[in-house]
Amino acid sequence: MPVWQSLHEDTKDLGLTVVAVAMDQPEAARPWIEAVKPGYVCLIDRDHHLADLYNLVNVPQAMWIDERGRIVRPPETAGSNDGFRAMDRQTRAVPDAVVAERNRVKAGYFEAVRDWARRGAASPHVMDEDRAAARLKLPRETIAAAHVRFRLGLHLLREGRTDEAEALVAEAIRLHPESWAMWRQTARKDDRALASGPEFWARVDALGSRPYYEPMDIATTSDRAAK
Amino acid sequence: MVTLLHEQRQTQVPEAAADGDDLWLDGKEIEQATGWTWKPEGLCHGDICVPLPRALKRELVRDGRLNLAAMWRRSGQPLVHDAASRTWALGTSAAHRGAALATLEAPDFTLPDLEGRPHTLSSYGGRKVFLATWASW
Repeated sequence: MPVWQSLHEDTKDLGLTVVAVAMDQPEAARPWIEAVKPGYVCLIDRDHHLADLYNLVNVPQAMWIDERGRIVRPPETAGSNDGFRAMDRQTRAVPDAVVAERNRVKAGYFEAVRDWARRGAASPHVMDEDRAAARLKLPRETIAAAHVRFRLGLHLLREGRTDEAEALVAEAIRLHPESWAMWRQTARKDDRALASGPEFWARVDALGSRPYYEPMDIATTSDRAAK
Repeated sequence: MVTLLHEQRQTQVPEAAADGDDLWLDGKEIEQATGWTWKPEGLCHGDICVPLPRALKRELVRDGRLNLAAMWRRSGQPLVHDAASRTWALGTSAAHRGAALATLEAPDFTLPDLEGRPHTLSSYGGRKVFLATWASW
């Protein structure tokens, strides 16, 4: 979030608006927002409506929308990489080289966003329609079936109908196993209010060679420098 | 009392009749809860009309009410309900979501900030929008 605050400050006069949507419950998101006191737009999406609309599966994901309301970069990982998978699960320490690579990837992504803010359609990071369409992930009907169950499940959870809610959420997760958002929103949380206990790691391990954060299709200046 | 969830709407429909997998609403209630319109030719939204053939009318229309659940299934859209609390969630098909995304027009939405003030994506037209998600979890 501090990274979005500095992006907001650097680009607000360049015609860019940062809209950050918490796919989260308001009471859980509130302390994070109040700690940053963001100047950018901070919205709460307790039912994960945006995930249904844009076919999102995890956070952070971002899309770039131009002045005419057109998607010029479809949903993608917003600067994160899978470096956390190298974490020592007891001490939560991450090797220095992994941290350095994570910082490089993140900085490169946000430099690309700044380039777009400055240069608009002339930025090399803006996708033409063919590339954007090819990069776009369209939902399957099982995903739509998962979203409607998740929606009713979260509603029933708020109503205190825990058993019915948990059955619906479990079915949603079964129908849409790629969605980390559905799983983590409703999973048991650890002492840091994170869904990052043994069950999380078991799911991550089950990915095998598949990514948790899908790598971004973006050639950044730091990539070129690294070559 | 039946509760209907559709997109971001949550609507209480006192007069709706729910019976097994059937959900009966009149035209006004359907419009209010879903934004879809019950017309003589079928159930319509924008350019889309799910036809209601004459042969099916006897089955799906009763006392001025339409079996919305059956029509929703006919339209290929997902729905699910909790019988005990009489709550129905009407989803949107992947075909519809995918078609909207494929136009590359950013799907519009309205969401609240922490103070409950609504913000609409399309109101930022004329500016670039970096639309990002995050969560505490």
